[in-house]
Amino acid sequence: MTLQRTKSQKVLRFLGNNTVPILFLVICAFGIPLSGYSTNYLVSEVVVRIARNSFLIVSLLIPILAGMGLNFGMTLGAMAGQIGLIFISDWGIVGIPGMLLAMIISTPISIALGLWCGKILNMAKGREMVTSYIIGFFMNGIYQLVVLYGMGSIIPIRSSALVLPRGYGIRNTVNLIGIRKSLDNVLTIKLFGVPIPLVTFAVIALLCIFVLWFKKTKLGQDMRSVGQDMEVARAAGIKVEHTRIVSIVISTVFAGYGMILYLQNIGTLNTYNSHMQIGMFSVAALLVGGATVSKANIRNVFLGVILFHLMFIVSPMAGKNLIGQAQLGEYFRVFVSYGVITISLVLYEVRKKRDRGDAGQLLAAEQGEAE
Amino acid sequence: MNEKEAPLLEMRHISKDFFGNQVLSDVNFTLKRGEILGLVGENGAGKSTLMKILFGMDEIHQTGGYGGDILLNGEKVAFATSIEALAAGIGMVHQEFSLLPDFSATENILLNREPLKYTVFSELFGERLNILDREKMTEISEKAIKRLAVPLDPEMLVSQMPVGHKQFTEIARELSKEGTGLVEGIKLLVLDEPTAVLSEQEADSLLKAMRLLAETGIAIIFISHRLQEIIDVCDTIMVMRDGKIMKTGPSKGVAIPDIAKWMVGREVNTSAIVHRVFDYENKDIILALRNLWVDMPGEVVRNVNLDVYKGEIIGIGGMAGQGKLGIPNGAMGLFPAGGHVTFEGKDIPLNSPRNFLDAGMAFVSEDRRGVGLLLDETLEWNVSFTAMQIQEKYLKQYLGGFFKWRDQKAIEEETNGYVKQLEIRCTSTKQKAKELSGGNQQKICLAKAFAVAPKLLFVSEPTRGIDIGAKSLVLKALRKYNEEQGTTIVMISSELEELRAICDRIAIVSDGKVLGILPATTDSAEFGLLMVGQKSEMIDGGSV
Repeated sequence: MTLQRTKSQKVLRFLGNNTVPILFLVICAFGIPLSGYSTNYLVSEVVVRIARNSFLIVSLLIPILAGMGLNFGMTLGAMAGQIGLIFISDWGIVGIPGMLLAMIISTPISIALGLWCGKILNMAKGREMVTSYIIGFFMNGIYQLVVLYGMGSIIPIRSSALVLPRGYGIRNTVNLIGIRKSLDNVLTIKLFGVPIPLVTFAVIALLCIFVLWFKKTKLGQDMRSVGQDMEVARAAGIKVEHTRIVSIVISTVFAGYGMILYLQNIGTLNTYNSHMQIGMFSVAALLVGGATVSKANIRNVFLGVILFHLMFIVSPMAGKNLIGQAQLGEYFRVFVSYGVITISLVLYEVRKKRDRGDAGQLLAAEQGEAE
Repeated sequence: MNEKEAPLLEMRHISKDFFGNQVLSDVNFTLKRGEILGLVGENGAGKSTLMKILFGMDEIHQTGGYGGDILLNGEKVAFATSIEALAAGIGMVHQEFSLLPDFSATENILLNREPLKYTVFSELFGERLNILDREKMTEISEKAIKRLAVPLDPEMLVSQMPVGHKQFTEIARELSKEGTGLVEGIKLLVLDEPTAVLSEQEADSLLKAMRLLAETGIAIIFISHRLQEIIDVCDTIMVMRDGKIMKTGPSKGVAIPDIAKWMVGREVNTSAIVHRVFDYENKDIILALRNLWVDMPGEVVRNVNLDVYKGEIIGIGGMAGQGKLGIPNGAMGLFPAGGHVTFEGKDIPLNSPRNFLDAGMAFVSEDRRGVGLLLDETLEWNVSFTAMQIQEKYLKQYLGGFFKWRDQKAIEEETNGYVKQLEIRCTSTKQKAKELSGGNQQKICLAKAFAVAPKLLFVSEPTRGIDIGAKSLVLKALRKYNEEQGTTIVMISSELEELRAICDRIAIVSDGKVLGILPATTDSAEFGLLMVGQKSEMIDGGSV
């Protein structure tokens, strides 16, 4: 038996299920005219952001499939990617070979970090998100130790453009001129005056196809079952812990590749900051696309990138035109990303409670029939 | 069926104790191919333990194994794990569904046994990167469903299925194991209360499916509380009580009252408590429940109407999972509930424990350690906490009530009084609640409720998990409190004999509704009948 709903109830339900995307549509609807940007500029900016960020966000999908929520631990993968980039900058390997080598260097680091992170998350079942968030902070300390003190002293780094004047430690910013836009610029076509980096899009498309294919594999099916009910999966003989670890490892490795893709587009590495922000922004973008802690798909990724970054692009200018300060827009970005994560987490619980309330309504309705 | 061949399954002199507590003694039975054996008994009669022994569950090995022999096809077997039992062709469908809600029937039936299609990646990363062979999956699940001859859509998501279909999915899962690498052929199926959650129609088609399976030579052990089904579908009936087999015989010619009599009728050590005659004349209704529903997982209340008279002890009984526990939990507001609760003529808003307590009611939860006690606090705190919160008892007031200080002395005295009165065994009233034994913890729960001096007290499973001596003490304390303070008591218990000993009337709850109310002096067979959904002419809607 299902509950009969009136039209207004259905509308309310739709709004409740899509609060965050709708909120963002409204923000953008106000922000775009206020910013005064031309459509052409906005579209080309959004295209750049899609190419830059989607890979990172897709890396979040697989842990959600396995029921582990949003993997804030993707920061670990981002660190591994950055270490790869530091090495190739030092060795002076440029272009696509440089990127590939950076990926190859990052892979074992990502796998090791992912294994470790997955093991810890298995000890903290049900609290994966907050645990992975804190693991990110903890690992940041070790990353700083390695990059700030280890590199140039124990780990040989020769290039003076990379090492701090004191002789060891990596500079605050690393110029990635060697690989800057090397993938984006392989093949670019202009569509209505908007440059489109075809090869980057092809790589992202490949990853999406991989994710879709992955869901059809035995491993993907196992992750789905583990995500729904660990005990049932275990009773059926699925190795629950192992499956969960694998999902985190895959996510971490992809986050590393995503970070390399992201930084080749930006062109400079902010050695001590890039990775910290990226986790939060990726999670926020995915949530803006309508994903929840337990459900996310590729549509959410792209809708999220577009809406979230549209807000990013227009808010400084809108702030300037409105109040006369571009700073306000900057502040607004960070404020909004934290806000989105908070709202989504709260709404997720609220919805769960509502669905439980539905069971009660069903009981009440049954009684109405009985009388 | 060939009479000469060795029976499919024989259990000889099976016995089992959990740390000195004998739960099974000298159980003997045989089962032939294609035979359906109906296994009935009250909760705690030993049915599940017997099945766990058959399956070699961990729980049995960890608690010291069992006595006696199990023979399968004439050969002695002892399964170390349930996987071994499965390999020998024994399948089990548990009472609780073990299904994934967002998977289709097919996906659930073949969970972790999916046929795979080769992909190149599996060479590199192992078997798990082969993709699922959806066509073959559907084929296998359709074949299994066909054997049950039920209209089950293999592509339907479990979360959208009616309960009956979930049950079929579970059974189809067991059948689909046949012919795979795991099992050659399913020989024996154990169905643990498969019809408990089904509507009559669904149960009918399940029984038909069982008959079909039996005709193909599969033996079935069918555990159910619905006696009519047992009589209808089974070849043999086996009744258990207190870990012994009371009766085994062909189902032909057996009537429901006979089974009910064999099932219940256990004597409990409550002889010290005498039945009393409660005078209902001129007594007011203190509590009226109307159309109460409660969404308590596993104990759903659908539509309860019940009047409680001032000063009586009313019992609420029934099988586990039928909703009797949901009534007090919903009335107090611990689970989402709806309907009307009228106490002393006033409507009590639901879903708000504070209103419930303020009205002068109290609830001793069945979940002692979770809801009932502050485990890390002293006995004094436990006894006084609710009373202090709700009624500002044990508080000294200064400056016209602006400052409120705890009156430690009063708390101590009161707690000491209860310790003596209820014979609570503790080193001092400063001891932590978690350090007490189960029985003594229960007494602390009662003391906590008594300290509020409620007009009406809900007591849920007061004797669960405590020994016989403590049991009768708890029961006596309740009766005494009722007589001395005039407190109305609503007692919920799975143990019928316990209810019969202390209550004036007993309501039996089934499927979330009150089936009937009987005076406690009624013959226990009559209650047994009521519990399994059979009304006799003696029972009328609810009056005494």
